[in-house]
Amino acid sequence: MLTPVVDDDGAPFWEYAARGELRVQACAEPGCGELRFPPRPCCPHCHSFDSEWRRMSGRGRIWSYVIPHPPLLPDYAAQAPYNVVVVELAEARRIRLVGNLVSGPDAPLNSVAGERIRIGARVQVVFGTGVGDGRDGPRLPRWVLERP
Amino acid sequence: MAGTGAAGLKDATAVVGIGQTPFAKQLPDSEKTLACRAILAALDDAGISPAEVDALASYTMEETDEVEVAKAVGFGDLSFFSKVGFGGGGSCATVAHLASAVATGQATVGVAWRSRKRGSGPRPWKNTAVQLPTPAQWTRPFGLLRPADEIAMLTRRYLHEYGATRDHLFNVALACRNRANQNPAAMMYERPLTRDMYMTSRWISEPLCLFDNCLETDGALACVIVSAERARDCRQRPVYVHSAAQGLPAQHHGMVNYWNDDPLTGPAWTAARHLWKQADFTPEDVDVAQIYDAFTPLIPLSLEGYGFCGRGEGGAFTEGGALEIGGRLPLNTSGGGLSEAYVHGFNLINEGVKQLRGTSTAQVPGAATCLVTAGEGVPTSALLLRT
Repeated sequence: MLTPVVDDDGAPFWEYAARGELRVQACAEPGCGELRFPPRPCCPHCHSFDSEWRRMSGRGRIWSYVIPHPPLLPDYAAQAPYNVVVVELAEARRIRLVGNLVSGPDAPLNSVAGERIRIGARVQVVFGTGVGDGRDGPRLPRWVLERP
Repeated sequence: MAGTGAAGLKDATAVVGIGQTPFAKQLPDSEKTLACRAILAALDDAGISPAEVDALASYTMEETDEVEVAKAVGFGDLSFFSKVGFGGGGSCATVAHLASAVATGQATVGVAWRSRKRGSGPRPWKNTAVQLPTPAQWTRPFGLLRPADEIAMLTRRYLHEYGATRDHLFNVALACRNRANQNPAAMMYERPLTRDMYMTSRWISEPLCLFDNCLETDGALACVIVSAERARDCRQRPVYVHSAAQGLPAQHHGMVNYWNDDPLTGPAWTAARHLWKQADFTPEDVDVAQIYDAFTPLIPLSLEGYGFCGRGEGGAFTEGGALEIGGRLPLNTSGGGLSEAYVHGFNLINEGVKQLRGTSTAQVPGAATCLVTAGEGVPTSALLLRT
């Protein structure tokens, strides 16, 4: 499986994920505090370079989804067709995260059938023990249905 | 002639030569050789010697650089060269950069080109090492790997939000295929498409099926830009660059544009505002359009962005044969990226020129205005061409 190619701006996200925390970058300037994603050096609203990583509730709704079919990279082809979702966070509708809807933290990418996925469905973040099948690599935020 | 300021570009330059190689899944020539063939064909079409060329423009994804092309083809001293980023978003900007250079006196004869061996070469998304960390770190580990997956995500949301259907996407694929069936140079010449073929084809990334995706192609194209004054003495009827624009919207994120306020109003909207502001005509006056079609849903998104219909109406716009010859807006009359060739949209530029010369294989009678666009979803560009 592909692991995140982390840049300086994104590194804190993955460090928090490794601890099982979903955190999003926010402006630390008093009176601003805007959330931003993907992370970047300064706030596009007030131009402050001070930022903090704010813990999210981990709740959200599915904004859109796709079901990729081969040709795909081998590790992904082996699980295809699987789903990829975009989740809009409950705290901030325009903070959207790409992820996978799965039946449990270490379940395969194809563990929830495409027919069961709906735009607008409520989801909750979970963290696997490692990439995809849970064997190795960084922990990715993944999503389970609030009402399976 | 051309002044400075907003009106400086309007009709100040013209496309006077176009050239192309054959299009196929596999061509024996290298990309460099194909580039040279297309460029020499375009200069021959214009009746201009390679030694007179002093400006070049292509895409950052073009593998053959200016130095190689200039020495192989025998150009003179170059005074302007430019490359435009973001893949297929750069196509029209190559012509726009040369038009600006010629209109402001930085150059006299410009050549834009794109050569590609995507048909026989590797799929670029398989090279995971060259992916930029942003935004790849937020998408690729989750299996959102290919451009088709990235656009399918926007498509699903578009269909959900506006009630557009797969039949609307089929209308796009069919219009392009019907035009390719009239074009002997097209890869899908003599290969008709039916609704049944479309609806039963294999998925690439649901909701996109095989026929929603462009063709993987080997081939190259080029065109020649000179001043309007010089154009009057060239072999071919001049096709004037009436207006040109690039577009990179605020808070945009490339092809995975899921993180701004309004992902369904993409770069087309930004480019269109500038394009129409500089133009003497409006969308209602466009006789024929060449709209970037790496994927069918880019057409309804672009129809909305460039103002041919209201927001959310792009799907319905495709109904009733609107995109066919004789329809409200004849589209991609060479077959486009979906059915002629996918050469990062450069074939759309040359087809726009053919329409305004009156030499298209699917000619729109009396066509005097043509919109050409580059890739929607990525930072983009567009041209208004006129006779």
